[in-house]
Amino acid sequence: MSLMALREQLNGLVNSMFLEGLLDDQFEQLQMLQDESSPGFIAELITLFCGDSERILAELTKLLDQAVVDYQKVDAFVHQLKGSSSSVGAQHVKLACVQFRQFCEEHNKEGCLCALNVVKHEYYLLRGKFDTMLQLEQRIQAYESKQQI
Amino acid sequence: MSSPRGGDKERGRDGERQIHVLAVDDSPVDRAVIAKLLRSSKYRVTAVDSVKKALELLGTEPNVNMIITDYSMPEMTGYELLKRVKESPTLREIPVVIMSSENDPDKINRCLEEGAEDFLLKPVRPSDVSRLCGRMRS
Repeated sequence: MSLMALREQLNGLVNSMFLEGLLDDQFEQLQMLQDESSPGFIAELITLFCGDSERILAELTKLLDQAVVDYQKVDAFVHQLKGSSSSVGAQHVKLACVQFRQFCEEHNKEGCLCALNVVKHEYYLLRGKFDTMLQLEQRIQAYESKQQI
Repeated sequence: MSSPRGGDKERGRDGERQIHVLAVDDSPVDRAVIAKLLRSSKYRVTAVDSVKKALELLGTEPNVNMIITDYSMPEMTGYELLKRVKESPTLREIPVVIMSSENDPDKINRCLEEGAEDFLLKPVRPSDVSRLCGRMRS
């Protein structure tokens, strides 16, 4: 695949993520910060976000598996995930967290379990697309490095 | 963490002393975002994940021009850091900016009354950082 085709594929993917609401304008703001001095900024941020999110989702799964749920702890973790998803522009994940917090407030275990599944669904959907994004970026960078030699 | 205070290491490429901002946030994602936003404005940034580490740094390197801290953190909050800084004769002149994802007027007023320079709602944007540039301690 040519360099131009790769770039088109990457742009198409990112645009579709914006159109579907997976990403919001916060992500666009972060993309504008990536420059020659920090060409890997977005990749690093996505990696940090994914690592942090998966840690939090694992903690939430454990907490909601308890007979007696500590809703304060659950809420604290959901708050963290809502924060980081907001900071990277992961709109659907953020919105799912907002709903999750409402169930926490109500001490509604069933609601929390449902909400956790929704958050997981949204997160893994996003992660799949982020993985593709990063793979395309790596291929583009490899292509550009070859051209410079 | 950045290198300790010393001559040329604190100067930018043009030889001018770089403004040093201490960023405090327990979220690795938010820390990366705020550090990048500040570095894009040519500030030297030290980013730590707790108030405890922030206070340790301020004890050894008081040459900090601004502190920007998340409000909600485990153990000690950004509000508690603000109070400690404003109570300290050596640190009180350092402007402290609070960040939070919650638009809580009571929380905001409490911070401003305690001497916070500004209160930023997360997600923090480049325009938020731009408006801080005139408020750094010289």
